[in-house]
Amino acid sequence: MSNVSSLGISSLGIVRRDPRKEWIARNRLHPLYHEVINEGLGSVVGPSGLIRKNPHQIGFIGPNGIKRIDRLKGNGADTSNKRHGSAQEVVLPLHVVTTPDFYLVVVPDLVGGRLSSHDKDILGLAHALQGGMEGNGAVVAVCFGDVKETQFDLAGVDRLIHLTGTEFEGFTPEARVAALVQIDTQLAPQHWLFPDSIHGGTDLGSRLAASLGERPATQAWQVIPEKVVCRGAGGSLDIARQTPRIVMVLEECGNAIDETRHEVLPISVDALEIQSAHLIDHGQVAVDPNEIPLAEAEFIVSAGNGIHNWAQYHQTAQALGATEGASRVAVDDGFMPRFRQVGASGTWVTARVYLAVGISGAIQHMQGIGQCEKIIAINTDAGCDMVKRSHLSVIDDSDVILSELMQLAQEYGVNDKPSQENSPEESQNVA
Amino acid sequence: MSLNVVSLVSVGRHPQSGRARRADQDGRAVELGLKLVAKALSVVHVGDPDDPVLRQYAGMGLPSMTILKQDKSIDAVPILSQFLQQEKIDIVLTGVRAESGESSGMVPYLLAHALGWPVVARVADIVSVKDGEAQVLLALPRGQRRAVSVKLPFIASVDHAAEIARQSAFALGLRASIESVESVGEVDRIRVDWQESVAKSRPKRLKTVKAKTAAERFKAATAKPEGGTGKVMKNETPKEKARAIFDLLLEEKVIR
Ligand SMILES: Cc1cc2nc3c(=O)[nH]c(=O)nc-3n(C[C@H](O)[C@H](O)[C@H](O)COP(=O)(O)OP(=O)(O)OC[C@H]3O[C@@H](n4cnc5c(N)ncnc54)[C@H](O)[C@@H]3O)c2cc1C
Repeated sequence: MSNVSSLGISSLGIVRRDPRKEWIARNRLHPLYHEVINEGLGSVVGPSGLIRKNPHQIGFIGPNGIKRIDRLKGNGADTSNKRHGSAQEVVLPLHVVTTPDFYLVVVPDLVGGRLSSHDKDILGLAHALQGGMEGNGAVVAVCFGDVKETQFDLAGVDRLIHLTGTEFEGFTPEARVAALVQIDTQLAPQHWLFPDSIHGGTDLGSRLAASLGERPATQAWQVIPEKVVCRGAGGSLDIARQTPRIVMVLEECGNAIDETRHEVLPISVDALEIQSAHLIDHGQVAVDPNEIPLAEAEFIVSAGNGIHNWAQYHQTAQALGATEGASRVAVDDGFMPRFRQVGASGTWVTARVYLAVGISGAIQHMQGIGQCEKIIAINTDAGCDMVKRSHLSVIDDSDVILSELMQLAQEYGVNDKPSQENSPEESQNVA
Repeated sequence: MSLNVVSLVSVGRHPQSGRARRADQDGRAVELGLKLVAKALSVVHVGDPDDPVLRQYAGMGLPSMTILKQDKSIDAVPILSQFLQQEKIDIVLTGVRAESGESSGMVPYLLAHALGWPVVARVADIVSVKDGEAQVLLALPRGQRRAVSVKLPFIASVDHAAEIARQSAFALGLRASIESVESVGEVDRIRVDWQESVAKSRPKRLKTVKAKTAAERFKAATAKPEGGTGKVMKNETPKEKARAIFDLLLEEKVIR
């Protein structure tokens, strides 16, 4: 790694040091200093007879492909071997529960099929609870339907109950609660933990509490084995009470697991008997995406300075059923209204999927999309910051890609009959 | 066939001043009831019949209200379920969560369980009721809506996304007749043991760095959120690129 030629490699591959050269290299005033330092560095005699240093040849290429200049002139410790070792991935210790004395069951929301940070916090909280209780408990996660999460082990799931089947797909709170009641008789868990969230956790927890006849703790924000503290009276009251069996926990009330791996052993549930549902799901209704506040929108197609055909952009956003966003330049240039601006001086968005078309990714813009999960970039410049941050980048002209996307959307038949499906919304506004 | 719709209301609390007020979600529930059956809506409250806040609900255009007279420490659910059982009711509307008391949001669920009815949570609108079946729009996060149909009778909790309650007219409220009904209830025994205090502000979570060496600490301090670039498509045809984007959108279920 050193660029000082005091290290010679013999024919046997043994590194041989030249102490004299090293000594000269340490002394900048030594008459032979420059010769020793520049040995092998290609110093050139210029046309006027002056010796020229080629600044581009100083230094060496480090292990990460980054150019390094060794100012220690070979006196630094040789770290090449060490570096190799530290690049290895650390394997976290496995937390094993062989025969659990009791169970704590967590029913995560699994928004979009993945554990949300709320879910992970509650799994962490379950482990903290388990640690404070006597005996050896296992944390069970109950998941329904389609699951995309691959890291249950790192989130702290000791046992996993995954219920699949058409009866659990989509909006099926009744079937899910029937399953939870069955799990309750099967495992007799010490506690049930639900995220107190609008993603369905509150609904499921309340239904389970009603059918088990338990008095749940809702909006809990401090949970220890003996006591919970819950918010009451519209958030103006703290209610401290004994920890009941069913607890619905607010956001950020536990710390997610990050130092252990867990087994994720499957538990099967005895045959379920599910009665026909009273609530019949007719799927999500198409809502005019531009009616949704930008900060809440789930899917944003954002336009920047790289859009040249604005009519086409609007059509594509409509065809994809996305909410429109914009960078500041697009707004300043008058192509988009101010309330569509994403970023530090606009709206901080929380979209799950953010499609940035022709946006370079200035820091002021990136601040606004910090909470987005999946970012897709369409840009002509492969080196821009937006591409660095995104999960999928397409390097091409925005016009071309947008027109292809619009075609795909039309073939797929997104938003087939927007006007008709929006009518309930409109009648609601009229009423 | 005329619908029999009951709206359950509670005394709310203004989030800033803390004064008693018409509860926001309950007001929306009354509004939804008025939309469904106009003045035929019955509005029921368990508590003190002399509470002036109740007149704010009546001021939305109700000729009368029913108050099941009870003390504050009494559990409202058994009284309500008894009351609802007596009459032939099609739809019961409530708020999602009360603004006073425990705020657990369990009332609709407990009533539904006691009556054996389905419960529909977070309703944004009841679009139509036909042939003993209601078409309901549920409010989902991120401004989305889900269409659900449910047979009568059922209990619905009304979300913030529902139509906002109309302004209450003071004189109308004064003129409404308030019918006070005696009822027998039981003291909420579990609640007696609870300690209640003014809400403390929750501590903000700090980013704790569990680094063991200086190099790790340095890395944690300078790390960009989310390391690593994702997939970059450069040399494919535009069709393939667009397909890749579209597939990702489908996989994330943002395109339906
Ligand atoms: C105080 C302050 C606050 C600010 N607040 C915000 C804010 O809130 N929000 C915000 O967005 N900005 C904000 N800015 C501005 C910000 O610094 C950037 O100037 C702005 O975000 C750049 O917008 P852009 O990416 O659309 O444009 P550019 O930086 O011009 O980027 C255009 C991109 O499009 C690409 N492109 C060009 N042609 C094509 C094509 N045909 N097809 C595909 N791609 C193409 C280019 O490669 C480039 O990457 C703020 C600036 C200041 C000083």
